[in-house]
Amino acid sequence: MAVGEVMRMEVPTGGDLTVSSPDLHVLAVDDSIVDRKVIERLLRISSCKVTTVESGTRALQYLGLDGNTGASDLKDLKVNLIVTDYSMPGLTGYDLLKKIKESSTFREIPVVIMSSENILTRIEQCLKEGAEDFLLKPVKLADVKRIKQLIMRNEAEDHKTLSHSNKRKLGEDVDASPSSSSSSSSHDDSSVKDFPSSKRMKSESDIFSPFI
Amino acid sequence: MDALVAQLQMQYRNYTVSLYQQGFLDDQFTELKKLQDDASPDFVAEVLSLFFEDCVKLIGNMARALDQTGTVDFSQVGASVHQLKGSSSSVGAKRVKGLCVTFKEYCEANNYEGCVRCLQQVDIEYKALQTKLQDMFNLEKQIIQAGGKVPQVDIN
Repeated sequence: MAVGEVMRMEVPTGGDLTVSSPDLHVLAVDDSIVDRKVIERLLRISSCKVTTVESGTRALQYLGLDGNTGASDLKDLKVNLIVTDYSMPGLTGYDLLKKIKESSTFREIPVVIMSSENILTRIEQCLKEGAEDFLLKPVKLADVKRIKQLIMRNEAEDHKTLSHSNKRKLGEDVDASPSSSSSSSSHDDSSVKDFPSSKRMKSESDIFSPFI
Repeated sequence: MDALVAQLQMQYRNYTVSLYQQGFLDDQFTELKKLQDDASPDFVAEVLSLFFEDCVKLIGNMARALDQTGTVDFSQVGASVHQLKGSSSSVGAKRVKGLCVTFKEYCEANNYEGCVRCLQQVDIEYKALQTKLQDMFNLEKQIIQAGGKVPQVDIN
């Protein structure tokens, strides 16, 4: 049908995805100064922008989830990924994960948990709560590269579906849960606010865009 | 000049390999070296410096917690041991990490003598590593000063 042709013409393969691919901005949370230094370097060397904080509380402050205007309200500082240690005094990584997934503004941000302890129930608990992945410490370059690829791939698919739905003006067809901001059709908006979850969105895009 | 560089490089290789063979370092240290480049030439030294500061702080906490006249709060000691275990693991400080594993078990068993022994050992061990690494970094400096490049040391 004509729709498919429109898409093929206006959305060249890979075009949308690579043209404006800004570096991921990662928020790294760890109470250990040594680990913060290492994770920061691992991420920087993987071409990510990094902000490190020393606690879950600070992370929430940074995001503005503690009720105040956070630093990440500024577009430049938009967070694309949160990497957090599990065992921290005060708010654990798991508590932080829950708070993020409970937030309509931030629940789309992927969260990766790091832990020095390989406890299956802990891993399951985190994945169940919506963690993107679980890294065993000490974290290595290969781990970070893998996570980055995973996140970039998810973001690319978000953009793809967003651009397709914009071109076909399927706004009302897609199950858009009324979320904070306006009808976000900006491609910079990597945290896809209109869609409930990137995983569910993948299947929606399968239904609407079999051409991909 | 070249002969000196070659000699220093050989010394450096042998020394580095011996640190791994003697169990001072493990492959996480190798991972850290991968993160060092011309843009961040002192990364490893910086991380290790933070680690040694951490050792001083955490060992101080453990000593204070074990010094309580009366009941010792072993969970408090254990919390510091857990942190030291984590950071030693992150930098590849193999012997220190190994000691922390034992230390943690003594904490969980509320074994006072065991804890005190481990505290003494961990103090000796981190200082020994500090000295060894200082010697290693000095060799690197000498190589560079002699006009050479620090070789990549293949542990395997």
